[in-house]
Amino acid sequence: MGKTIIEKIWDRHMVYQEEGKPDLMYIDLHLVHEVTSPQAFEGLRLAGRNVRRPDLTYATMDHNVPTKDRESITDIIAKKQMDVLVDNCKDFGVELAGLDSPNNGIVHIIGPELGLTQPGKTIVCGDSHTSTHGAFGALAFGIGTSEVEHVLAAQSLWQNRPQTMEVRIDGRLSPGVSAKDIILALIAKYGVNFGSGHVVEYRGEAIRGLTMEERMTICNMSIEGGARAGLISPDQVTFDYLEGRPNVEQGEAYQEQVEAWKELATDADATFDSTLVLDASDVKPMITWGTNPGQGVAIDGEVPSPEDGKTGAEQRGIQQSLDYMALTPGTKMTDISIEHVFLGSCTNARISDLREAAKYLKGKKVAPGVRALVVPGSMQVKRQAEDEGLAEVFIDAGFDWRAAGCSMCLGMNPDQVPEGERCASTSNRNFEGRQGKGARTHLMSPIMAAAAAVHGRFVDVREVEAQEHA
Amino acid sequence: MEAFREHQGSVAALPYVNVDTDQIIPKQFLKRVERTGFGQFLFFNWRFLDDNRENPDFPLNQPHMKGASILISDHNFGCGSSREHAAWALKDYGFQVVIAPSFGDIFYNNSFKNGLLPLRMPETLVQSWLEKGQSHSFQLHVNLQEQTVTDESGAIHTFEIDPYWKNMLVYGLDEIGVTLQYEDYIRAYEKAE
Ligand code: SF4
Repeated sequence: MGKTIIEKIWDRHMVYQEEGKPDLMYIDLHLVHEVTSPQAFEGLRLAGRNVRRPDLTYATMDHNVPTKDRESITDIIAKKQMDVLVDNCKDFGVELAGLDSPNNGIVHIIGPELGLTQPGKTIVCGDSHTSTHGAFGALAFGIGTSEVEHVLAAQSLWQNRPQTMEVRIDGRLSPGVSAKDIILALIAKYGVNFGSGHVVEYRGEAIRGLTMEERMTICNMSIEGGARAGLISPDQVTFDYLEGRPNVEQGEAYQEQVEAWKELATDADATFDSTLVLDASDVKPMITWGTNPGQGVAIDGEVPSPEDGKTGAEQRGIQQSLDYMALTPGTKMTDISIEHVFLGSCTNARISDLREAAKYLKGKKVAPGVRALVVPGSMQVKRQAEDEGLAEVFIDAGFDWRAAGCSMCLGMNPDQVPEGERCASTSNRNFEGRQGKGARTHLMSPIMAAAAAVHGRFVDVREVEAQEHA
Repeated sequence: MEAFREHQGSVAALPYVNVDTDQIIPKQFLKRVERTGFGQFLFFNWRFLDDNRENPDFPLNQPHMKGASILISDHNFGCGSSREHAAWALKDYGFQVVIAPSFGDIFYNNSFKNGLLPLRMPETLVQSWLEKGQSHSFQLHVNLQEQTVTDESGAIHTFEIDPYWKNMLVYGLDEIGVTLQYEDYIRAYEKAE
């Protein structure tokens, strides 16, 4: 019988297997950032251990970094955490894309950019959105700091074999609908728990039609569906994206590499432990109203009421969220106004996201009373956007144009949403307080966020586009 | 890893679903480079009001939940961010056991590594404890070796746990130390690559 890509990667990385134990798996790439690594390096030091494979380890700083005045950081505790990473990388011989590096950026954006992320690899990082790298057909998952220390020391991890799940996205996307809407619709339909204990493979016609950047947006939010990881079998789109990047083979050797990668795709006769289906042609622009990513509706929908919950737990969850978000059941999504717009994060801050938003914004202005921020996912994206003239479009429209980082996705740096105010955000989490204490976050695609910036409220980009082009 | 065999303690009931690690330990406290001292910030945005007084409406601030060492909550506890600071904060606050019908995967793993025992128990049982815990203080006895939780009536409830993690916890083993005993296998794998 055939194998899924998940099983193929798993089996190839087995270091040791014994009945009654998890498998000891080899890790091909370990990405490190400033927030979840200091205690791990300290642990190594205390035990007199080394980093086993600095050559398979790569560090960046992204969570804490200010997106303006990066040279004069005023938050001394954040500064210390960044300094500690610099010292740790120096002491243990790990390559670091620090603040002054042209490669600096959000860990999940720079891995693919630099060609570090490759099909068939096992990739870990002390960050739950590591699943992003699965878009390349890698098995990539987030780990805690103790596991970071473990991988630094042993380049391997004890892992239970996951259940496999097929998420099949059939059909084609309608105009104005994006990859972000697919993943938000999927989580709204099946809940924040659907992937629990599973590694998900996204398949189907709609997925095959997506670019690498769109695939990354989908895999990025696997954790929001509770999955351990999410991936997509590699194909020509993947190979084209990686060709010529640093850290991949060049020329003929690359073609050989590609032939080997082609073997990874899930076999036609492979079976999964479970299957979920979504028709992309039914998906509309999505937007979250609540405080978990599953609490989303289509833009032409309304804020639900607790009675809409199917279980007691769900009903309690809806009430909790309505209270925090200060929303009344039955309110039309298009009647909700906002004070902030955040275009950024590892979900939607790649060049294609900025292009989409800029295309919409060209010649338009941010509504009065709205503060809009665009934070490129990496310094490379920033330079490219400046070269293409996108930065100018954003600035002309009234957006603040910033340097790379996680920024307002989690507000560890000075970019925060004030208490009680509402933000249209292209990030992945709308948890209570995520963007600042008491901040109210609504998740959506880049073009929907751009449209919200211009109108000061949520709008259906499909209608707006139709009118404007009429 | 800290050893865990048995524990008897009183219960704090947090009847919320999808408690994410952003709530357990908000981001403003993730800048520390130590593993210790996070308990004071546990559930910070829920536990404290704007003027830093305790929020009288938050379950854990109820007098009968003070000093609790067993936390009970609803589905998908610890979902979201991988921050191990969540496990550190719970442990540092004084919790030894967390019981819920389901957990976020990464949080579940992180807990073991810090001697904080996460227990998946059936929803109806958890619901009854959550209800009781709203108004009463009560005790549970957890025996990891036997894989049982005994309530005050003497009723015994069993739980499932991965034998590998059970062993690690019961003997308080250093996981990295254990793994490094497989050095020959790791080296052989690297050679074959
Ligand atoms: S952009 Fe947001 S979700 Fe992504 S790594 Fe940074 S903080 Fe995490």
